[in-house]
Amino acid sequence: MSKHFFTDTTVLLGRSLRHITRSPDTIITTAIMPIAMMLMFVYVFGGAIRTGSEPYVNYMLPGILLITVASGIAYTAYRLFMDMRGGIFERFQSMPTARSSVLWAHVLTSLVANLISLVVVTLVALLMGFRSGAGVAAWLSVAGLLILFTLALTWIAVIPGLSAKTMEGASAFSYPLIFLPFLSSAFVPTDTMPGPLRVFAENQPVTSIVNAIRALFTEQPVGTDIWIALAWCVGILIVAYAFAMNTYRRKIS
Amino acid sequence: MTANKVRGPVIHVQGLEKSYKELRVLRGVDFEVARGSIFALLGSNGAGKTTVVKILSTLLKADAGTASVNGLDVATQAAEVRESISLTGQFAAVDEILSGRENLVLVARLRHLKDPGTIADDLLARFSLTDAGARKVSTYSGGMRRRLDIAMSLIGDPPVIFLDEPTTGLDPQARLEVWQAVKELAAQGTTVLLTTQYLDEAEQLADRIAILHEGRIIVNGTLAELKQLLPPAKVEYVEKQPTLEDVFLTLVGTKA
Repeated sequence: MSKHFFTDTTVLLGRSLRHITRSPDTIITTAIMPIAMMLMFVYVFGGAIRTGSEPYVNYMLPGILLITVASGIAYTAYRLFMDMRGGIFERFQSMPTARSSVLWAHVLTSLVANLISLVVVTLVALLMGFRSGAGVAAWLSVAGLLILFTLALTWIAVIPGLSAKTMEGASAFSYPLIFLPFLSSAFVPTDTMPGPLRVFAENQPVTSIVNAIRALFTEQPVGTDIWIALAWCVGILIVAYAFAMNTYRRKIS
Repeated sequence: MTANKVRGPVIHVQGLEKSYKELRVLRGVDFEVARGSIFALLGSNGAGKTTVVKILSTLLKADAGTASVNGLDVATQAAEVRESISLTGQFAAVDEILSGRENLVLVARLRHLKDPGTIADDLLARFSLTDAGARKVSTYSGGMRRRLDIAMSLIGDPPVIFLDEPTTGLDPQARLEVWQAVKELAAQGTTVLLTTQYLDEAEQLADRIAILHEGRIIVNGTLAELKQLLPPAKVEYVEKQPTLEDVFLTLVGTKA
């Protein structure tokens, strides 16, 4: 690792954060879609969905938070793609700068931007009647899980960001990720789903993450869900990181 | 010339080969660039000029052959090479969202220099960008963007600068501005390797010109030497008409 890794990453992180503060629309659009979904599900479909005694907004917020991250990382891929296309990526790589700092700055920016969006969405949910008796430890656990999930998805986003040929290609990968929560326990309990779909829904990563966050919010025991959720997040993170670094190395050699 | 020979060439390229899958772009490229000179690599689109520049600036690895910059091998001492060079790529590699001054400060900080603010202000003044310094780069004209791009490459005074097609897509006035900047650089002792597809650009700027064609350097020499390759000039009487460039520049009233 280069001796300048931390200073260079800080300088480049400052640059990307400045991009976000100058075009806050990237955070607003990231938050608007999940907020619109939340309004629709709570006020249009919510009355007809039977999930138990608690308000529906409590039930569906964990899924909405995951959708927020999935739509937020599209901008990570977009920002990286713009650096690649504009030639500034090559400029940084030809300078006496720690080379991997360019990538890490984008990853950390993604984390910051997504955390802001998550806070915005959670505040709207509170206005819509979301309530939780969770203590500080439970909230920190939720935050930790969401950070891990964001990092895992961010490293997935790095791959198209580095290799896409068009701007649309750079962000299209996020659509299936946004869709994944619909095939999970995020909006409706999985028991009414037909056989094969139910098997998929119950065994895909979103369900365990949603169940773990929901349990933390409702002060229920998290059971094995939290460990399955952590295993998924760490597993995706490692695989995505390996693929992203491989793509990166091919770009710079 | 004697002094340059004593100190040796600053860029040394020998037997460079590079293929993209089946496409053999470079098939054994050899050339040397003397310290403090302007060297033009001339070639049509797709001749491999950018590939040479990318290998020399450590962005791409050659399949075969050796290349050194400032006595450092680009393959084995890439990090040290990056201390000695600056690359101005084919497209102005500037951050559109930041201001011109912020772009310069960013590069100065990434080169770990003291007092990035002063460096930025000096360069803004030198490239007549002081008034535009606080404005977002996305509002700049093509020529201003290129000037900022070159200014960013000068930060840290690297002894060797690569300019990949520095005037492609620029209007005649902006082109003259860039030429002026390149001449000033060389006057201060910086070695400049520039690629271009414009013959007059090479003629205007370069001490030596090499023509890259089908993966090899087919000729390499001074303008006078290249001209000797053709039969001696014959005297013809032609009416001297102003070129369209002369007309254009007179009408829009440029200083050059």
